[in-house]
Amino acid sequence: MFEIGLSHYLSVAAILFTLGILGIFLNRKNVIVILMSVELMLLAVNINLVAFSAHLGDLVGQVFAMFVLTVAAAESAIGLAILVVYFRNSGSIAVEDINIMKG
Amino acid sequence: MIQALAFYMFALITVASAVMVISARNPVHSVLFLILAFFNSAGLFVLLGAEFLAMILVLVYVGAVAVLFMFVVMMLDINFVELRQGFLQYLPLGAIIGLLMLGELFVVVGGHALTPLAIAGGSVPIPPAAAATNIEALGALIYTHYIYLFQAAGMVLLVAMIGAIVLTHRTRKGVRKQRIAVQIARRAEETIELVKVEPGKGI
Amino acid sequence: MFEIIAVFLPLASACIAGMLAFARPDDEKKQGRIDTAAQWVTCGAMVLSAVFAGIVFSDVVLGQNPRTVELFTWIDSGAMEVSWAIKMDTLSSVMLFMVTTVAAVIHIYSIGYMHHDPGIPRFMAYLCLFTFFMLMLVSADNLVQLFFGWEGVGLCSYLLIGFWYDRPAANAAAIKAFVVNRIGDFGFALGIFATFVLFETVDYDTIFAAAPGKAGASLMVFGVEFHAITVCTVLLFIGAMGKSAQLGLHTWLPDAMEGPTPVSALIHAATMVTAGVFMVVRMSPLFEFSETALTLVTVVGASTAIFAATVACVQNDIKRVIAYSTCSQLGYMFFAAGVSAYSAGIFHLVTHASFKALLFLGAGSVIHAMSDEQDMRKMGGLGRFIPVTYALMLIGSLALAGIWPFSGYFSKDVILESAYAAGTGVGEYAFWLGITAAFLTAFYSWRLLLMTFHGAPRADNKVMAQAHESPKVMILPLFVLAAGAMFTGYIGYESFVGHRAGEFWGESILVLSSHPALEAAHGVPTWVKFLPLGVGVAGIGLAFVLYMLAPGLPALIAGRFHIIHRFLVKKWYFDELYDLVFVRPAFYLGRGFWKTGDGSLIDGVGPDGVSAAVLNLARRAGALQTGYLYHYAFAMLTGVVVLVTWYLFQH
Repeated sequence: MFEIGLSHYLSVAAILFTLGILGIFLNRKNVIVILMSVELMLLAVNINLVAFSAHLGDLVGQVFAMFVLTVAAAESAIGLAILVVYFRNSGSIAVEDINIMKG
Repeated sequence: MIQALAFYMFALITVASAVMVISARNPVHSVLFLILAFFNSAGLFVLLGAEFLAMILVLVYVGAVAVLFMFVVMMLDINFVELRQGFLQYLPLGAIIGLLMLGELFVVVGGHALTPLAIAGGSVPIPPAAAATNIEALGALIYTHYIYLFQAAGMVLLVAMIGAIVLTHRTRKGVRKQRIAVQIARRAEETIELVKVEPGKGI
Repeated sequence: MFEIIAVFLPLASACIAGMLAFARPDDEKKQGRIDTAAQWVTCGAMVLSAVFAGIVFSDVVLGQNPRTVELFTWIDSGAMEVSWAIKMDTLSSVMLFMVTTVAAVIHIYSIGYMHHDPGIPRFMAYLCLFTFFMLMLVSADNLVQLFFGWEGVGLCSYLLIGFWYDRPAANAAAIKAFVVNRIGDFGFALGIFATFVLFETVDYDTIFAAAPGKAGASLMVFGVEFHAITVCTVLLFIGAMGKSAQLGLHTWLPDAMEGPTPVSALIHAATMVTAGVFMVVRMSPLFEFSETALTLVTVVGASTAIFAATVACVQNDIKRVIAYSTCSQLGYMFFAAGVSAYSAGIFHLVTHASFKALLFLGAGSVIHAMSDEQDMRKMGGLGRFIPVTYALMLIGSLALAGIWPFSGYFSKDVILESAYAAGTGVGEYAFWLGITAAFLTAFYSWRLLLMTFHGAPRADNKVMAQAHESPKVMILPLFVLAAGAMFTGYIGYESFVGHRAGEFWGESILVLSSHPALEAAHGVPTWVKFLPLGVGVAGIGLAFVLYMLAPGLPALIAGRFHIIHRFLVKKWYFDELYDLVFVRPAFYLGRGFWKTGDGSLIDGVGPDGVSAAVLNLARRAGALQTGYLYHYAFAMLTGVVVLVTWYLFQH
């Protein structure tokens, strides 16, 4: 309990990951929340990587985590750009209205 | 002892703010809670000995990504009164699936056993803090063995930047710009015409 | 050699005329030339054929020189060997001569009758083709060749009844004729099969030679044992019932009057319908060994005779009266064969051919004169306008009614005498029914004559002004037939059924000594000899009373006995019965098979069902693609959970 080991960090990461997933399909009205949930999931993965890196004494995990960070930033930028353009065209970011891929 | 306390504090606040991110009514509140989650996970990173990464998390994630989120949330005129409906409709099924997922993660995590190869030390051992700081060690690794990946990451960022600009760039109609080449290429013969005008009559 | 030419010349001319039928120039004059060419080719061929048939007749019959001419092998498969051959003995020579002569006469008549028709080459081609098939039928050497001719005449009958194919009534009549014939043909085919099973051959000579030996043999049919020859002959007779319109399969003959009149004369008076009689007589060596079959033939023949005679009394269409008359006379021929007086049946066949064809063609002239009116109630008083036609029809009717010295008297009398002399119960039955039918025959024949040619004209003045005698091309052939109607009886009596019958017929007909009807016919009591003549005169007298002296009486009688009258007018309700029992269930079954069997079951399980299922499944699968991102994410998550769960439980 008081001895913080690998499992603790992994559990935190797991909970964060699950929350991110829940965020994707529990929210109904806001696309931004989806993007934020993706960020949460990426964060959880990062925690996982760094925890393992620290536990195994391997620096590669941190390097990986840095690259994940980079890509996450790029992806959120593009995602938000798309969102902005979509909002310009349709005037709403309600998730329930985005179903033109139906069928 | 202190470590355990710190860990639990950081971990608890991270999880709590993650819950608030997905369930806050006001999207601005969601972004703020996301920033809080980022900060606390930076704390977790520091506890793990990856201080460089922790700072990078604060700089990049909070300083850039979350601010970007804030910009967009504020820019889009979101009427958040009607945004709460439908949340409870899918809660049972979603919660079940989510809890199942969590349970399985715990099972996997709890029952894991590391391979002897991994325990034996890994490919790049972390140097002790006295010999090189985290940032030095990372730098030495990235700029030598993973230089190509590093450049590729740079490319990714470049493309993302260009992409974001291209997507959102708007040309406004009716803006008059100077087209120098056209101006210079203009010749008198094409533009001016002399006309004899009779007195009393127009052109 | 002549017989080969006589049989195949009609085929050649039919082919030529058929090819001419395909040429349809826009120019009227060219069409006229084509028509004339077709008429010349076909009539020329028929006349030539008749001449050759006459030569063959004189050689084979008078010169006592029966022969079989082999042409080539048709089927050679295991035990079955069938070849095309032309058998010329007395029976087939007589038939050959009769068929070709009557056909030639009718071809020439058709030139005049069908003069204004747009399809002359087609008509002449069909007539010639029919003649060819009929000649193949009568000159066949084996049952399969007979069946070839049998089917062929059925086909040509269909083509000719439905000649005016833009008339729905004609089409329906043609189909009815063919389908009812088919039922008979089915029985006939079964008969051929049974014969083959019994004798292991279909060749006449072999069968006839082996018949006495197989007289007691039996055949297993659906597990029950039957007398073999009875089975064969009864099945063959069912074919004859269909072809010759006997009671039960007679419904097609009156409707067949939708065809042009020459067709009715040729096919439904003289030739095709007599094919059944011919077949029974040809198979006499088989029929003689089956008492059951002979009894059946007698009963059916006699019943048909009386049935058709009763119905003819109330018909108003001139051609239908004559059609029912044909049906009735065929019944006579059949019951003559049934009491083993085969030669009497053939004698009546030959005389009947001439006077019935004469009556039909005369009716054609009447219809022609009345501007295509066929209802006798709208005729009357024509005798003054078309006297030649009247005289010819009078001759025909006298022959039909059996008045001396016309041909019908001789042939009908010997049949009735044979029936009486047979001494059996069925013979008595046939005799009395035959006498009644003779009375009715005379009655309705004179009813026809009186309603058409006597009394005041019932048609309007415009039609009566058009009434004119037919052109010579139509009248002259009738003289040939009239000569036949007048003299054939007297000339042929001794040879056909008299003292010279034995050497005349030779081997072609077999009569066992146990069936002495024809022999004994010459020795019947005097009242039997004169009764047919007496009832014939009585019938004529009754017709005079009802239609000349007291014209209001028929309507009165019809009113008093209106149930019987209605029964007769509705042809004993046979058509309604068949419609109820066969046609409607068949349609119902057909519709059921079509809609349910084919539509729902086969199409439903097969192509339609598969395509509907595919569409259904695709639509449901498509419902998964809602377009909402979170649905997709949820699906992914669920998939991951399932996978991990499964994996966990695996280990």
